[in-house]
Amino acid sequence: MGELRLMKGNEALAEAMIRAGADGYFGYPITPQSEVIEYLTAAKPHESTGMVVLQAESEVASINMLYGGGATGKKVCTSSSSPGISLMQEGLSYIAGAEIPVVVVNVVRGGPGLGDIQPSQSDYFQSTKGGGHGDYRLIVLAPSSVQEMSDFVPIAFDLAFKYRNPVMIQSDGAIGQMMEKVELFEPIPRLTDKQVKDLYPWATNGKPKGGQRRIMTSLDLDPARLERHNHHLQEKYHTIDENEVRFEEFNCEDADYVIVAYGSSARISQKALQLLRAKGIKVGLLRPITLWPYPTKKIQELVKQGVKGFLSVEMSAGQMVEDVKLAVNGKVKVEFFGRVGGIIPSPEEVVDALEHKLIGE
Amino acid sequence: MSEIAIQNIIKPENLVYQKSRLMTEKPLSYCPGCGHGTAHRLIMEVIDELGKENDTIGVAPVGCSVLAYEFMDIDMQEAAHGRAPALATAIKRLWPDKVVFTYQGDGDLAAIGTAETIHACNRGEKIVIVFVNNGIYGMTGGQMAPTTLEGMKTSTSPYGRDVALMGNPLKITELVAQLPGTYYVTRQSVHNPGAVRKAKKAIKKAFQNQIDNAPGLSFIEIVSNCNSGWKMTPVDANNWMVDNMFPYYPIGDIKVDGELIK
Ligand SMILES: Cc1ncc(C[n+]2csc(CCOP(=O)(O)OP(=O)(O)O)c2C)c(N)n1
Ligand code: SF4
Repeated sequence: MGELRLMKGNEALAEAMIRAGADGYFGYPITPQSEVIEYLTAAKPHESTGMVVLQAESEVASINMLYGGGATGKKVCTSSSSPGISLMQEGLSYIAGAEIPVVVVNVVRGGPGLGDIQPSQSDYFQSTKGGGHGDYRLIVLAPSSVQEMSDFVPIAFDLAFKYRNPVMIQSDGAIGQMMEKVELFEPIPRLTDKQVKDLYPWATNGKPKGGQRRIMTSLDLDPARLERHNHHLQEKYHTIDENEVRFEEFNCEDADYVIVAYGSSARISQKALQLLRAKGIKVGLLRPITLWPYPTKKIQELVKQGVKGFLSVEMSAGQMVEDVKLAVNGKVKVEFFGRVGGIIPSPEEVVDALEHKLIGE
Repeated sequence: MSEIAIQNIIKPENLVYQKSRLMTEKPLSYCPGCGHGTAHRLIMEVIDELGKENDTIGVAPVGCSVLAYEFMDIDMQEAAHGRAPALATAIKRLWPDKVVFTYQGDGDLAAIGTAETIHACNRGEKIVIVFVNNGIYGMTGGQMAPTTLEGMKTSTSPYGRDVALMGNPLKITELVAQLPGTYYVTRQSVHNPGAVRKAKKAIKKAFQNQIDNAPGLSFIEIVSNCNSGWKMTPVDANNWMVDNMFPYYPIGDIKVDGELIK
């Protein structure tokens, strides 16, 4: 058993970055995730693992530091919250275009604009449908506990390097701020410079002696070549979609109705599920762990299995519900319940929504 | 001269000039007479002479020199517009033994990327910044740059830069020289052989500083022409540059070994 600690989600995330063998963290403070950079600067990982930690002048700078650092084959990451993530979108698009592995964490807060500092899930469209310009995809992992804030960090790095693609861990202010018991994984040593060079021959870390120079760019002024590059990216996204969907299900085997919820909303919905089952209503819960790629096929299986309706529960005005509807494709009823502005729905509200919106009438 | 006579002249002992080894075979995409090509060549010669071909990572900007990586035969990255110093910061910190430089235009470095420029300089990142100041946005077709001179006509200051409306030309090089993080700050040009020799010396000093792990950033401005954007012949552009740009952007060292030149 790994080391047990009582930690905030943001602290568990920061500790996991060090333990995952990250080479660099570049970030800019913003509530509700400033504990990440505070933890990292206090932990002085440059003295233990050699990890670089740098407070950048802005999120624009930090994402471009990831762009530069990731292109050299090093494991680099950043974290921020909604307004800061918006500033990073141009950089993320370049990183996706140039196929650079990086890990970005969004501890989502209420929006739009400066909004507030309370937990929200209203950045779902931004992370799963683009956000920046051009046809690209982020792999998006959604933790729903402090444990997962830690566990998802090495998974995110593995996926980023496996596919040479930016990976986002999309959390929210509640999971970032709450304290829970967490079992920390055994530290993974940082790669040596030689290992980086041997493992990632594409990386720009000094032209090999007698070899070819490497170029990291998202630019190609020849439309035919850029189209080919786009097709290559789309094929990669297709492979990811086929292989990397992750979800968790509760009580779906005999369910008449299924709640679909991720992150904090999934935690609330678990309680709602118990309350509904106690009333004799056969309800299941599907928790997408990857928001992209989305568990579309799983939802379609549930429809085939006889589920009569789905309720998407979100801390947004209804974003993920669009993906549930796409999967269901009109075959059964899909309803939405959400709270916005940084308000967390209560289990009772979810129970009420399921009874009245989905079953009632 | 006959073919035979020419063959007799082409001998190693008569060689006075050749294509720099670290420039690729690709023909330069720059307008004839543009200073970018010369600046590229000098950097590649310096890297070659310092034996750093396999240990250098260059960062290209967005601007006319966005394709710098096509011409420089070393590992290179293309930055987003203005962000080259952020990329270079991370590269250098993650690979402290490597030589890292950015190559940037005035729009890139002194407008959209001002924050990244100032903060990389202020942190004293151990990198080299080569800043090509042609007083205009070349790539996008000749719009006003932060460095455009007062009265100078561009496509977005068609009646001349009115400083009351559009602000004053920005002497960013003097500005970064004030920051304790810069170690060497100089302004050069590449419009004639003498200037090219001096510019190369300055570039070499900057890279040598980095190799010697000098405590701070080396910043080289190259005042250059943009004959297309200025709508002049290459010769007229160079003359105009000497007469108009040099008085406002005087050539010479501004800070050497961490000390401002009085
Ligand atoms: C975010 C963003 N804004 C605007 C542009 C368009 N753009 C490309 S290059 C450039 C200015 C280039 O001027 P400069 O940096 O002076 O370089 P030069 O072309 O003169 O060498 C602009 C505005 C862009 N590519 N990206
Ligand atoms: S537009 Fe100006 S800066 Fe660009 S290549 Fe032509 S002369 Fe050089």
